[in-house]
Amino acid sequence: MKERAISIMLLVAALGALLALALITYFVFQSGLPLILEVGLWNFLSGTTWNPTADPPQFGLLPMIVGSLWLTVGSLVIGVPLGIAVAVFMVELAPPRLAQFMRPAIQLLAGIPSVIYGFIGLTILAPLLRSTFGGPGLSVLTGAIILGIMILPSIIAISEDAIRAVPRSLRDGALALGETHWQVISGIIIPTARSGIVASVILGMGRALGETMAVIMMIGNALIIPYSPLQPATTLTSNIGLELAYATGAHRDALFATGVVLFVLIMLLNGIATAFVRRPAFSRRGT
Amino acid sequence: MCWLAFALLLNACGSTNNENVLNITGSTSVAPFIEHLAEIYQQEHEGVTLNVQSLGSTAGVRAAIDGVAEIAMSSRNLDAAEAELLEQVVVARDALAVIVHPSNPLVNLEQAQVQAIFSGEVTSWAAFGGADKPIVLVVREAGSGTFGAFEELVMQGVPITPAALRQGSNGAIRQIVAEDPNAIGYISLGIVDSTVKAVAINGVEPSVAEVEAGNYTFVRPFLFVWQKNRPMSALATQFLEYTLGPAGQAELTRLGLVKGVTTR
Amino acid sequence: MNAQQKQRFAFASIWTAAMLTMVLLTLIVGIIMVRGLPSVTWEFLTGTPEDLGREGGILPTILGTVALGLVALLIATPLGIGSAIYLTEYTHTSRLTRAIRFGTESLAGVPSIIFGLFGFIFFVNYLQMGWSILAGGLTLALMVLPTIIRTAEEAIMTVPQAYRDVSYSLGATRWEMVTTAVLPSALPGIVTGVILSFGRAVSETAAVIFTAGTALNLPVSPFSPVRTMAVHFYILAVEGISLEKAYATGAVLIITILLINIGANMLVNRVIAKRGK
Repeated sequence: MKERAISIMLLVAALGALLALALITYFVFQSGLPLILEVGLWNFLSGTTWNPTADPPQFGLLPMIVGSLWLTVGSLVIGVPLGIAVAVFMVELAPPRLAQFMRPAIQLLAGIPSVIYGFIGLTILAPLLRSTFGGPGLSVLTGAIILGIMILPSIIAISEDAIRAVPRSLRDGALALGETHWQVISGIIIPTARSGIVASVILGMGRALGETMAVIMMIGNALIIPYSPLQPATTLTSNIGLELAYATGAHRDALFATGVVLFVLIMLLNGIATAFVRRPAFSRRGT
Repeated sequence: MCWLAFALLLNACGSTNNENVLNITGSTSVAPFIEHLAEIYQQEHEGVTLNVQSLGSTAGVRAAIDGVAEIAMSSRNLDAAEAELLEQVVVARDALAVIVHPSNPLVNLEQAQVQAIFSGEVTSWAAFGGADKPIVLVVREAGSGTFGAFEELVMQGVPITPAALRQGSNGAIRQIVAEDPNAIGYISLGIVDSTVKAVAINGVEPSVAEVEAGNYTFVRPFLFVWQKNRPMSALATQFLEYTLGPAGQAELTRLGLVKGVTTR
Repeated sequence: MNAQQKQRFAFASIWTAAMLTMVLLTLIVGIIMVRGLPSVTWEFLTGTPEDLGREGGILPTILGTVALGLVALLIATPLGIGSAIYLTEYTHTSRLTRAIRFGTESLAGVPSIIFGLFGFIFFVNYLQMGWSILAGGLTLALMVLPTIIRTAEEAIMTVPQAYRDVSYSLGATRWEMVTTAVLPSALPGIVTGVILSFGRAVSETAAVIFTAGTALNLPVSPFSPVRTMAVHFYILAVEGISLEKAYATGAVLIITILLINIGANMLVNRVIAKRGK
């Protein structure tokens, strides 16, 4: 029957996303896992030297792991307080006209291509940092500041949803009991919205971990383990993006192996975030 | 329904064997120069499309071996295994130039000094009479032809420090060195311009004249490679001849490269 | 500090944060537009690049961007809407739907460089497409699929149950009900998701470089390599080819995103307005 056929076709379509995920997992793992097994997972993750074209080649991922960590933490330090503050502002403090104006502005911030952010970091922020603090200017700090701004819209949007979802009754009740507005926000609203806010942070973390081109432009890509934010570093993503074009043989496999590590890391994070909250796309608009 | 059409589309287009299209893939060092040539060639020959892709010497060589690209560009010599499978010709020679910021008073370095700088042994400009500022190294990434050539010809086994900033193209290195008074890097001589200063090595200026005279020896070949035993398309043959001929060579030398030694 | 002082301090900080965000946005967009717009002329938009992009225009990159976006949407939209219809209208929550949802959410979280890696291994090499519009478009399709599924699902779920009931009572089959009662009503929401996905395709760089290549020529077939505006901007900026053209390309990119956002917002407002009735 025609209905049956349509039903099956739709099922096939729905399986498409699952199939794509399976394909991606298969191919990336198939290309990268053998090298991890050959080098040894622990050696791979903890090795401090990355010299893929030497004889014998050395594949140590530690500088990149630390670089990714530094950069992600740094961008969260900058993006999270700012993002939550703006989310609170949009819901609780902003005059409605201002909020209406800010919302499309934040949307624009969200849509700006990441390479433009990287460009600003490269041409404006890096020279500024160089003249202020010395050093090459291309550093973890440069990346953290720009990435922090880049993840702002996601944090704002999801936190806003979470804050908005706090029942008005809780809010009004507390106000009626004589609490100041800020006491209500800090004592009731934010704690109640906590799981949504945390989800937004984790999603922002995923975005910062996954960014590639902008990071290549801003972070200097030195293969050291940075101990100061003013030093250049490399991330898991930027190393893949930088070296993939020229890599062959074991070198290329090592980059796919890096991809495997990155993939696992981000899937873990996303799993945690999804466990917290599932965000509807429409609820924040229009109010 | 949509799927059937899609499958048919895939089949109909088949592989990219259009005789008016030539795919040239390879080194990011060679590509800018070949793109210039391609621009001129396409202007002179109507209806011809030359796709120059700069995705790396090694990727290019791979593409030539696999037949994905008809001609590949390489900024390093082929290894034994590759040389078995590919024909090669030197289309130009390119010198490696060590560059510093124009305000840097440095004029000449001994090769040993270059090695000391890039290996991280010397870390401050004070060692060369400058201010006590940390030297900022800017290099290419592992696997690039330029990186390999620098390692082989200049460093000669001395490892480059991991503290060096890595950039994905010569243009990017030039840009950074042009902006940072403490930076030093290496790029293709062909793209040195007034925004940076090229340093003499062992007393020899990096210039086309010195390369041709045989005095400046940090030179690497720019190669065109293609599959052995595979008949080249008419377009590929013509473009190859153009590149190796007087017009192509004149343009390449105008752009700052050194004439290739034409042996076919 | 008493409660009032604490509040004043907290609110001052929050206002500062909000204003800072606006200032940052203005700075970022402003710098690009102020330095880039003057170079965005008709010749720039319709001309071809010369001297590797130092002179001339960016027409091939505009075409490349549009081509990639179109291919991506042509593939992802039917798939996405089909998935959404299946998940909302054709099944109840089950192991299967949970698995599908897991697949979709996970796909949404995969970083773009991994898509680039996958597209490179699978489309460019394994399927022998080479660096091409097809390879790039297919990769982008996978990247935007989750968004289309999510927005389509929500749009469909907000269609009032009454519509469906009426349709069934008139004797429609499930498919007829979906196509006549649900989809037309959900259309603005779905289209919003499609438009936003196009924005994502426009901005994407890492996945595109390794699947569609970087060639600057006008694309002639689905197997032509293309350079998108975002990739062109990246190359111009990083290699110091031309700061002026980089800014100009950036300005065009921002204008494109702005137009996409405006289009999507107009549609969303229509959805809200209709829902209010």
